[in-house]
Amino acid sequence: MAVTAGRPKRGALLPSRLTDATNSRIGSLVLYVIRRLLWMIPVVFFVIVITFILMHSAAGSPWDKSGGRQLSQVIVDNLNKKYGLDKPVFQQFLLYIWNVLHFDFGLSYQYQGKSVVELIGGGWPYTATIGVLAFALIVPIGVGLGVLAALRQNTRVDYATVGFATFSASFPNFVIGSLMIVFFSVLLYKWTGGQFFLPAGGWGLDDHLIMPSVTLALLPIAYTARLTRASTLETIRQDYIRTAWAKGLSERLVVIRHVLKNSLIPVVTTLGPTFAFLVTGSVIVETVFSIPGIGRAFVVAVTSRDYPMILGTTVLFSVIIAAANLVVDVLYVFIDPRVRLT
Amino acid sequence: MAQTLLEVEDLHTQFFTSRGVVRAVDGVSFHVDAGETLGVVGESGCGKTMTALSILRLLPDPGKIVSGRIMFRGNDVTKMTDEEIRDFRGNDVAMIFQDPMTSLNPVTKIGKQIEEAMTAHNRFTETLARGRVIELLKRVRVPAAESRVKDYPHQFSGGMRQRAMIAMGLSNEPSLLIADEPTTALDVTVQAQIIQLMKQLNRELGTAMMLITHNMALVASLCQRVVVMYAGRIVEEGPVDQIFKSPQHPYTWSLLRSVPRVDESRKDRLVSIKGLPPDLSHPPPGCKFHPRCPFVVDRCKVDPEPSLDEVALGQVARCWVLMRNVKQEDVEEAKKSALSKEAAEKLKASTAEVGGDAGG
Repeated sequence: MAVTAGRPKRGALLPSRLTDATNSRIGSLVLYVIRRLLWMIPVVFFVIVITFILMHSAAGSPWDKSGGRQLSQVIVDNLNKKYGLDKPVFQQFLLYIWNVLHFDFGLSYQYQGKSVVELIGGGWPYTATIGVLAFALIVPIGVGLGVLAALRQNTRVDYATVGFATFSASFPNFVIGSLMIVFFSVLLYKWTGGQFFLPAGGWGLDDHLIMPSVTLALLPIAYTARLTRASTLETIRQDYIRTAWAKGLSERLVVIRHVLKNSLIPVVTTLGPTFAFLVTGSVIVETVFSIPGIGRAFVVAVTSRDYPMILGTTVLFSVIIAAANLVVDVLYVFIDPRVRLT
Repeated sequence: MAQTLLEVEDLHTQFFTSRGVVRAVDGVSFHVDAGETLGVVGESGCGKTMTALSILRLLPDPGKIVSGRIMFRGNDVTKMTDEEIRDFRGNDVAMIFQDPMTSLNPVTKIGKQIEEAMTAHNRFTETLARGRVIELLKRVRVPAAESRVKDYPHQFSGGMRQRAMIAMGLSNEPSLLIADEPTTALDVTVQAQIIQLMKQLNRELGTAMMLITHNMALVASLCQRVVVMYAGRIVEEGPVDQIFKSPQHPYTWSLLRSVPRVDESRKDRLVSIKGLPPDLSHPPPGCKFHPRCPFVVDRCKVDPEPSLDEVALGQVARCWVLMRNVKQEDVEEAKKSALSKEAAEKLKASTAEVGGDAGG
């Protein structure tokens, strides 16, 4: 998903009188957040515009059937009439925007009688749960490994981390997912005589979550570990770290107060988009582990030209990404005093 | 005679790189007395900073102290345990670095950074340290110190940051303060303020100082004794007045000649030392300065380096020739030829023009 929120220009929406009046840090922060939230409206609008154009310029219609047997023209015409597809595209667009303003995202073409909101509401919790769990793995493991590798550069710990990161980054999700199923579901079942094993698919709020979360987390863990390592190595060589040593601080204090406070700033930047990537789901992981999530629903919607479903998921994804970026930008204020939000 | 505070004996610091062993500090011995200010001068890359970092054992990788002793009040720094060296740094010997723009942590408040230097050692309690921060900032003339302790480094100007660094260095009342080119990164007016400040602090607190610089004017105004380093070796050492009046090593002489002076006649050209300091992984044979020396004789190129011999009371130099043995006309010749022919002609032309204008 290549949708990111545009950074607003300084004083874009509010009269300067108002921004000048609020000089306090928290005051300006609140104003900033409000302005960014308002900016999400045009962002989402343009996402809809682009999606609409792309969607309608793609070949095929929602009523095409795979294989030889097609619906008769009369039925297609009736369906078009029912879903408003007989109207000009521009009119359809205006109608869609009007409906969205009333939080009506339409009915799915694929699942009869189900609204897009219902479908997303049904699938997203699965996707989000796995995404949040994966994120919970990334932060401690990715960051932890990266810091450890940097502090013990050119030791076995470092080599092992870099090796692990390269390995995880180069193996595709479906290979890792399938291998895990073979190992933890099939072989483990055999070896323990059915005592211990992980379920290969399906859904439940228990051990069903383990393998999908780990599979999903592996690649971001690799990236986070490598970024953290590089950033920490760079920070360690800074003059102010030498100053910290020269003061006579212990290694623990040098690392925590001086190295990490600086080296984790770029890591936080990437965690926002990573979070958005995770909670919008992965079609591969959801397919491998048969999870009824939204990542798969999105791909199914695209291939079957389920227009309202495509638009609904795209809007959700763009809102999630814009919100994640906003959270990171606000976090920046608290971790880097040089950053001023205007 | 004042009590000796720091005694460095035959220090060898080397960097083990893929290109070979770099002898950054190659058999350096000197001492600092309590309360005195010692200047260490030389071009960039002569081992001054590495000598200082060796004293605090803060050498960057892959640098190592290979041999030698660093005695501080009778304890050998090179043999200290990790905990001992931790307590030694910032407490007995503090260091101020060259670039105040990069030497302070950008995400921590100035006050906190100074306070931390004190709480790292047991000399002050946390509350006492917090109170002392403002007092220290006032002492180094930071205006509105009470409110500025809450500022971050990016809210400080370069001069103010260097003051904060000095305050940090002085916070534990160390007996020795190593200042590594403390004014190089600052503009001239701020330099003067910082020099004034350091002079005053040295007088008021009796802190000994080791001032590393390539700025001869700074040495003249601050130091009592001066050590001249070249290619990881000490080439001359002595009292400041004497070194300035009659330098004996041609390198010292060249360094002094390369300082612009207001009181000098127009005809005397500013001398630049030709070439660059040698690559310390492959130093030249004989005297290491001989490829650049204007008074070189055959012996300098083949014989092993001379020892540091006394040339006057309290002054030692490492040279076969010595400036007092050089003929006056050779000195004049050296002054002229120190500039490349091209540059000399250009200068001549431009002064002739100015002279012609003045005449007309």
